[in-house]
Amino acid sequence: MMIEQTEPATPTRERPDAPVTTPGKVGEHTERADGVPKVKGEFEYSSDLWMDGMLWGATLRSPHPHANIWSIDTAEAEEMPGVQAVLTHEDVPGRKVYGMEVPDQPVLAWERVRYQGEAVAIVAADHPETARRALEKISVQYEVLDPLTDPEEAMKEDAPRLHLSGNVLKRINILHGDVAEASASADVVVSGEYEVGMQDQAFLGPESGLAVPDGQGGVDLYISTQWLHLDRDQVADSLGLDPEQVRLTLSGVGGAFGGREDLSMQIHACLLALETGRPVKMAYNREESFFGHVHRHPAKMRYEHGATRDGELLYVKARLVFDGGAYASSSIAVCTNAATFACGPYEVPNARIESHMLYTNNPPCGAMRGFGAVQVCFAHEAQMDKLANELGMDPLELRIKNAVRPGIRFPFGQEVPPPAPVRVILERVGDMPLPEEEEVMGRDLRRLPGGVSNVTHGEGVRRGVGYAVGYKNIGFSAGFDDYSTARVTLSIEEGEPLVRIHTAAAEVGQGLITVEAQIARTELGVERVAVLQADTRVGSAGSTSASRQTYMTGAAVKQACEQVRARIFQKVREEYADEDLAIEDGDIVSGGESVVSLAELLGGEEIEETVEFHHRETEPLDERGQGNAHLQFAFAAHRAVVEVDTELGLVRVVEVATAQDVGKAMNPQALEGQIEGGIAQGLGLALLEEIQIKEGKIQNASFTDYLIPTILDMPSVRAEILELADPEAPYGLKGAGEPPTIASTPAIVAALRDATGRELARVPVKPEQIVGIAEKPPSEPPQPGSRGYSGIGHLDEREEH
Amino acid sequence: MEFHSPDSWREALEVKAAQPEAVAIFGGTDVMVDLNFDRERPGAVLDLTRVPELGEWGEGDGRLRVGAGVTYTRIISELGSELPGLAMASRTVGSPQIRNRGTVGGNLGTASPAGDALPPLYVSDAEVELASTNGTRRVPVVEFITGPKRNAMRPDELIAAFHIPRAEGPQQYAKIGTRNAMVIAVCAFGLALRPERKRVGACLGSAAPTPVRAREAEEFIESVLDWDSRGEIGDTELRRFGELVGEAASPISDVRGTAAYRTHAVGVLARRTLGWAWDEYRRGE
Amino acid sequence: MRLRLNINGETREADGVWEGESLLYVLRERLGFPGSKNACEQGECGSCSVYLDGVLVCSCLVLAGQAEGREVVTVEGIAEGEELHPVQRAFVEAGGVQCGFCTPGLIVATHDLLGRNPDPTDAEIREALAGNLCRCTGYEKILDAVRLAAERMS
Repeated sequence: MMIEQTEPATPTRERPDAPVTTPGKVGEHTERADGVPKVKGEFEYSSDLWMDGMLWGATLRSPHPHANIWSIDTAEAEEMPGVQAVLTHEDVPGRKVYGMEVPDQPVLAWERVRYQGEAVAIVAADHPETARRALEKISVQYEVLDPLTDPEEAMKEDAPRLHLSGNVLKRINILHGDVAEASASADVVVSGEYEVGMQDQAFLGPESGLAVPDGQGGVDLYISTQWLHLDRDQVADSLGLDPEQVRLTLSGVGGAFGGREDLSMQIHACLLALETGRPVKMAYNREESFFGHVHRHPAKMRYEHGATRDGELLYVKARLVFDGGAYASSSIAVCTNAATFACGPYEVPNARIESHMLYTNNPPCGAMRGFGAVQVCFAHEAQMDKLANELGMDPLELRIKNAVRPGIRFPFGQEVPPPAPVRVILERVGDMPLPEEEEVMGRDLRRLPGGVSNVTHGEGVRRGVGYAVGYKNIGFSAGFDDYSTARVTLSIEEGEPLVRIHTAAAEVGQGLITVEAQIARTELGVERVAVLQADTRVGSAGSTSASRQTYMTGAAVKQACEQVRARIFQKVREEYADEDLAIEDGDIVSGGESVVSLAELLGGEEIEETVEFHHRETEPLDERGQGNAHLQFAFAAHRAVVEVDTELGLVRVVEVATAQDVGKAMNPQALEGQIEGGIAQGLGLALLEEIQIKEGKIQNASFTDYLIPTILDMPSVRAEILELADPEAPYGLKGAGEPPTIASTPAIVAALRDATGRELARVPVKPEQIVGIAEKPPSEPPQPGSRGYSGIGHLDEREEH
Repeated sequence: MEFHSPDSWREALEVKAAQPEAVAIFGGTDVMVDLNFDRERPGAVLDLTRVPELGEWGEGDGRLRVGAGVTYTRIISELGSELPGLAMASRTVGSPQIRNRGTVGGNLGTASPAGDALPPLYVSDAEVELASTNGTRRVPVVEFITGPKRNAMRPDELIAAFHIPRAEGPQQYAKIGTRNAMVIAVCAFGLALRPERKRVGACLGSAAPTPVRAREAEEFIESVLDWDSRGEIGDTELRRFGELVGEAASPISDVRGTAAYRTHAVGVLARRTLGWAWDEYRRGE
Repeated sequence: MRLRLNINGETREADGVWEGESLLYVLRERLGFPGSKNACEQGECGSCSVYLDGVLVCSCLVLAGQAEGREVVTVEGIAEGEELHPVQRAFVEAGGVQCGFCTPGLIVATHDLLGRNPDPTDAEIREALAGNLCRCTGYEKILDAVRLAAERMS
């Protein structure tokens, strides 16, 4: 692949100097470089962007999940004072559709809309209120159609086709061993049906950006995203421009978690800017944000596990059905991921897995932290608990007994690479001391289920403990040519050496720029490092997703530093010495003796190297679902302790303990932050978070009704971090961002089951499920305890609906 | 959109008389959400935060008069011992930021069945003081709230205050939310014991189109409680009280919870809060 | 309409303000104080927290005209000159910042908490910050930051 060296056009906005930092080396605690501007309110997020003469963009969205469009009349809107442009699909000069894997989503809808919230027209005006009023004046004639909202219905032969290609977006079968034979010899068989609701990334900074026309037909886009180059290519395609005419610069990103991998307002803002010749800012509000990005796929999963009497897994059968929603986004990769991880990190000699991804008229789904591994982990871990229960075996022991180990093969045929410390991490969480049992009666309300809402003073509260383990691929899989580019420049500034790092890798809050600086500090022995703002003037870094940036961009930065170092040593060898060279604190050292300072060696010279790092090739799955599909695997185990008010169904999570193998803790505090934050999102899925949809329409597009955990919901986390090096990876590291989100959800639900005895086959678990009522009141009133309100008897006999 | 920000009560009433369609705003916790999300575009907004009278409270004729602009934070810190039930309810409202701005007056004006301040007002037979340039009147809160987001205010009126007796005995408030903070009530329950009159006030929140008093439950438990000897309540009676409260509910199913769960949960809250309040009474607090 | 208010100790004016704008919008888009963040605009997340006449509020729920003549302190006014305030320093050191979108609100809310209660218990910290949503950190490092700031300020 070609390394791009596009010359920068005249910048339309002043580029701030990259702050010079003095990072620690790899593995040392290093404060994040953007921490100070962030605490001062000076860090510039995409929604903070502002330019003189700037216009405000707004989007007209379909109120219907499925409809034909007969006409769009913009005349009245165009005539409004203050309105500068009103655009529809007719005004898209290039490709009228976009999409990460399959370009199937209209930039602006024509003929048909396939989900509620689909963009139909856009407006630019001199005030956001003017833009909103103009949207009202656009008249769209819809013929409302019945929405197809059930993936099982969508799969049927006679279902209305939502796309020309049909409704099945992807289907994968994994056939491993001989399930028929294995099932005949199983002593114990457990089965279950599990469901995961639609989770939202709910990043705090809504979609926003500023498009600035360059006056020569091109455009600059300042944007919060996860993958600048993929955005650029899609924007350029739809604008009908060369990629060089579209320059993207990363602005501050208010969280991502997968939700910024697809386009939202990127093309729209650029269209409006080019049409009006003025800068255009678009910023969604929270409600629009729920329509503006893809969500985590809801899933229905049917499982059957067979084992021997002593707990050896013989086979797994699974049928996974995912609701992809109206457009493809990254659903194909999610379908593959789910299929490959369906059995969990266990040795499963025989397996038959079907994974189906369907188009429906529900909101499009795509990437979210955990990417297909989250859904199946909830199911396979529930199955493991069920099996343990059936066998009368300790659930942790059953997991340890069946844990994968290096050398065996996963059901998709790939050999388990070392290290794969599943057994070790399970043992570690098992060995951690449990939080002390405290008297519940009379405890501070804030430490009881319900908090200051004062629902219990200890009545009905029971404790439960649950375990789960999960794993995920790191980096892009299945034959994708995954790479990242880094440019490293060493120069002498104000008499001191300075390393500049330039990549297009999106810092979305995870702390990548700090790690990049640490790598330069480590490799080049230079104290001062500046990480430039990410933009498309350097080659692609790939997406900030799949827990891949520390690995991929980390490797690119490391290799670029190594090449810079080699050139320095070359110079040293020519002029000074050639033995045992090293760079220490800005000095060249040979055999322990300082020979020359970098400042003297380089003078006014700059040494610059650009490296494109590609990871080892992977393979797509074959027709039997077999292949060396993944680059690296990361594992994490969780133990949750909960207190449940069994009579009201309210929960306080007391503690989540985890053991995770990260290969190398690059920046320990930031790593802990990833682990704690990932667990919080897992907790959200376990207990709170679901986009509720009725007939294709979102019922809770707000932070009032889509509830994410508050500081009163999130317990303390006890984390044990293992550093077992992956010999192939830079510094031995493993991607660390996603594993915390995967098994934390099933661990919490397992703890709820432990406390209540209920099956709890769906997340998020609602209070209704915990107390065992759905549409009718309980057949029997709850049994009060000895004093009528000081305890609760058994609810377990009541059926779960 | 017109914006009025009078700095006296007299002037506020005059604005409202001249422009009855003007929407009153204080803490903005409802009005601003409607504005920010383009749900309402009122022709005029009447800001009441500069009216000093609304922020005052005092005692007279045996009852407290609390200005409609007294914030939840002030109710907790200034009226916690006088109105413990209302203070408990106030503590469950939003966050410190919300409690610093939100007011009981706003809860009354919005008349949401989920208004946290309403059950405590119901159980104490509070009255709402309404004012216009034509004078003032007092309406019992139970008559003031007429339906979901509907109240008995005339177009030219503003809410001046509410009148409520100082707590005569233990009070409780409990609310169900699926999150442990920052929730709108799935359902809620307010309780007040009035030992001198041997009366019990019980009110469900968010379990019917308006808050509702559970009259049957009140009568039942009043007949059972041994006020003079302060004897224990039997399990059967507590349970019966909870059931009767549950029977007073006529909830809907929505994104926050099912009707069946609301009915169930409000009964549990009733049973538990009665136990706590009675315990407190028995301890002579 | 025209608006005149005091922000971080200085008088500021904005002209041509639409009456339906929030204080948050005026701060961010008209007066050059984008530090307060627009994450939910319905009082659920606390990212827009500011002091209004010394009281912690969500600026998204304050109608612009309600702030006329008032004193507003935003996150940009918390630092003491070039020096970070101890609350800010503690958030950086303790790792309480990731994407940082919730951070300005948390800085102001923590500043308010420690002003009222210099030595809060964990339960008190949690109750006081329950209206400040963070999606990145899981809150553990935010608790660390508040504890650290409290310790240093005492």
